[in-house]
Amino acid sequence: MYFLKKRRVVREFEQHPRLKEFRFSFGKIVKNPLSVTGLSLIFIFFMIAVFAPVISPPKYEHEPFRIPHEGYSIIPNPPGPGHPFGTTTKQYDIFYGVIWGARTAFRIGFMVVGSILIIGIAVGSVSGYFGGIVDEILMRVVDIFMSLPLFILAMAIVTALGRSLDNIMRSLIIVGWPIYARTIRSSILTIREEDFIKAAKALGAGTFKIIFKHILPNAIYPALILASLDIGAMVLTAAALSFLGLGAQEGYADWGQMVSLARNYIVGPQGQPFLFWYVVTIPGLFILFFVLGWNLLGDALRDIFDPKLRRK
Amino acid sequence: MNFLNYIIRRILLLVVVLIGVTLIIFAILTLFSPEQRASAFIRDIKQLSDINSIIKTYGLDRPVYVQYYYWIRQVLSGNFGWSTTVSRTVMDAFKFFLPNTVELALYSAPLIILVGIWLGSISAVHRDKPVDHFTRFLAIIGWSLPTFWFGLVLLMVFYGYFRGLFPPEILGYKAQAYVNSADFVQYTRINTIDALLNGKLWIFVDAVRHLVLPVITLTVVQIALVMRIMRSSMLEAMGKGYVLTARAKGASQKVVIKKHARRNALLPVVTVSGWLFAQLMAGVVITETIFNRKGLGWWWAHAATQLDIPAVLMAVLFNGVLFVVTNLVVDILYAYIDPRVRLG
Repeated sequence: MYFLKKRRVVREFEQHPRLKEFRFSFGKIVKNPLSVTGLSLIFIFFMIAVFAPVISPPKYEHEPFRIPHEGYSIIPNPPGPGHPFGTTTKQYDIFYGVIWGARTAFRIGFMVVGSILIIGIAVGSVSGYFGGIVDEILMRVVDIFMSLPLFILAMAIVTALGRSLDNIMRSLIIVGWPIYARTIRSSILTIREEDFIKAAKALGAGTFKIIFKHILPNAIYPALILASLDIGAMVLTAAALSFLGLGAQEGYADWGQMVSLARNYIVGPQGQPFLFWYVVTIPGLFILFFVLGWNLLGDALRDIFDPKLRRK
Repeated sequence: MNFLNYIIRRILLLVVVLIGVTLIIFAILTLFSPEQRASAFIRDIKQLSDINSIIKTYGLDRPVYVQYYYWIRQVLSGNFGWSTTVSRTVMDAFKFFLPNTVELALYSAPLIILVGIWLGSISAVHRDKPVDHFTRFLAIIGWSLPTFWFGLVLLMVFYGYFRGLFPPEILGYKAQAYVNSADFVQYTRINTIDALLNGKLWIFVDAVRHLVLPVITLTVVQIALVMRIMRSSMLEAMGKGYVLTARAKGASQKVVIKKHARRNALLPVVTVSGWLFAQLMAGVVITETIFNRKGLGWWWAHAATQLDIPAVLMAVLFNGVLFVVTNLVVDILYAYIDPRVRLG
């Protein structure tokens, strides 16, 4: 008897609509060449970030993000033994920098997007579910934030907070949440009117239960897709701010900061225009492929979860 | 009458948003200490000795709402303070740098919009064919490119390898000297236009050579958005009844696409063009910094790294106003084009 009951539970679980939808989406993700490429790129970078201490053991144990350098010569040295990607100005090792830079990139991406997702969900669900004056005020605040270009506002806030990588992350969180609040709000507004919400209310479910159990799981997809696209975009924006000189101090393993260090070595001396190619190209390619990975994944997810295209 | 009401409602909303923008700017301002903010009014190092009297005069140690009142009064009278990075008042610096940025935008914006629309509609017409895959791939690469790095690589190739073919900065030193001389009348202070008005072709060519790389950098990075929106709205339009009707009436593929599908598909592109402008200004900051073009973006980037508060705040205010006004214009245009918006 017990065995039969257990099998029934398993079968019921397998037929749970949310699980079925998840399987359907997962199948589509695995079959789409774009999302597979994106996922593989992210996986490679994830492995680099996780195994950074193995690939490139830190020289300063307590400050692994400090790039080791031998000497202070400002002329970059080409790739060679001991320095697979060469050294940049002031002899910082490029290989060490890009490997540990992967950790910095993941930290920026996850911290910034994770925080704005949480703030956006909180503001968006309050605004969408309660409506009325609360909604009006919150949405006007969102309007005001969204009428300022993200990059320039972030730049101003970093200037005010003082330059550092943490402050870049803080400023991106401050400017990034409004669009999530709006996305969550609008999907809640459509779901709020559905019959199953009325049914839940009629059965006497409380406000919190309705929001967290019935509305959010259905309303969150657009925000999650936005988030996967935004991880790339936020890392890119943070790198641009670092490039302008608002980020970490010199010698910190951060890709944007490394491109910034390379600025004076774009053009080689007479007759050897590409003498210092490795200084600019390598950290930039790491940024490009990291961002490309997330954008490919996000782009494919958007097509997969688009209700108009989903079942075609 | 309805249309007029719509415009009035929009302008009232604009005022609310602009007040909000000044509140955000002021919130940023309060993150600085009174001494740092007093530096906005200091033009001469000797004034540093009586910094406390400056704090008193401008009420920088008063309660926040009083300070807001003082500050907004200053801003409304056009006094944005002193920009230490360029040693001019913020208003003068703005007038000085504006033409160079306008020049950059003048050539990139049409390129982004026209090429974006063209690629987007090609991509939609040839859906799931190699052309479609190729253009979408290009768009994603452009979207993922770090602007600053792409510009540097372009410089490495076209300035380094092709010895000075497309140089950075705004003009060569010879051309710059001639432009500054008395023989050259600066009508608009936009070099390419002035050169043509003066009939000096060699200055025009020089200015264009300096413009090529920045315009390419901006276009490649920004074009993806227009392309994506054009593609999806074109796909939607191609499935509509009126396209089917046009085909049934025997219109050729060219006419169906040009006259029926594309015209209707353009509307969403018009909607995002305001947003595009904001994006463009962010791109301008990076592009001007890489190519050392002394425009608004170059000034703001330098101001941000050197704690030049008045200049940075002016950047935020200017971009807010620019964005709100372009959006208003776009919405009015939109309502004018599409009666459903006006009457709905």
